[in-house]
Amino acid sequence: MKTSEDCVNKNYLEYVKAISPKTNQKRTLFHAFWVGGVICMIGQTFRFILELGLNITGDELSGYVSMIMIFLGAFLTGLGVYDRIGKYAGGGSIVPITGFANSVVSPAVEFKTEGYIYGTAAKMFTVAGPIIVFGVASSVLVGILYFIGYRIF
Amino acid sequence: MVIEILTTYLKVFLVGGIICTIAQLLINYTKITSGRILVYFLLAGVLLQAVGLYQYIVDFGGAGATVPISGFGYLLAKGAMDGAKEGLFGALTGGLSAAAMGVTAAIIFGYLFSLIFKSKSKRN
Repeated sequence: MKTSEDCVNKNYLEYVKAISPKTNQKRTLFHAFWVGGVICMIGQTFRFILELGLNITGDELSGYVSMIMIFLGAFLTGLGVYDRIGKYAGGGSIVPITGFANSVVSPAVEFKTEGYIYGTAAKMFTVAGPIIVFGVASSVLVGILYFIGYRIF
Repeated sequence: MVIEILTTYLKVFLVGGIICTIAQLLINYTKITSGRILVYFLLAGVLLQAVGLYQYIVDFGGAGATVPISGFGYLLAKGAMDGAKEGLFGALTGGLSAAAMGVTAAIIFGYLFSLIFKSKSKRN
């Protein structure tokens, strides 16, 4: 009995392997490269517009650029466009800050039926929460180390 | 001026593209989920800035280095390091202060668009 089960499993696994689409690994790398590059070029375009057009510089400039990119990522996720880009680009759409916005909006929209507090507001941070936790914690660690460093040297 | 802008775009494209390709390599060969990739890249940005390296990537690649999530880590670390010069309070608050715009934008736009739009998952 057991041997026949194993046999079925093996056949089934082989069948799954045969019909599942083979992702061309080199091609996915190329997709991630050019889509990621283009998203960053869009960010650079807003940098140029704000810097040369409105004379915004320094921290303010990078803050406004990330605000615009997050706006775009959230908006395109709401429209359903960003998930299509994600299927094509993989890492090229995850790593830019627009992907961070995507990771906020898509679970929030998904769990809207569970209410505006425990659904939308809580689920917004399923992926973004760990990023904020590790980001703030590591920045505090760096800050304290540098603070001690400045005091000693 | 035009040539300057074009070379900047080329650098941005290359740096941004390479960072995203590293993420895709991790996806292809290690099966790390996308949420973890975001955390790892953020921590990589913090670490590289803490040892003073990410600033060089930003100076070279512009938005190619700041738009990826590692640029968010760079911003957090840079804020904490600048704050540490002023004292303990700056060391503790500098990181989140520098990243305040990103976090605020993510919360406000994230909640706003979640209210406006409906789930698209059934259509896929």
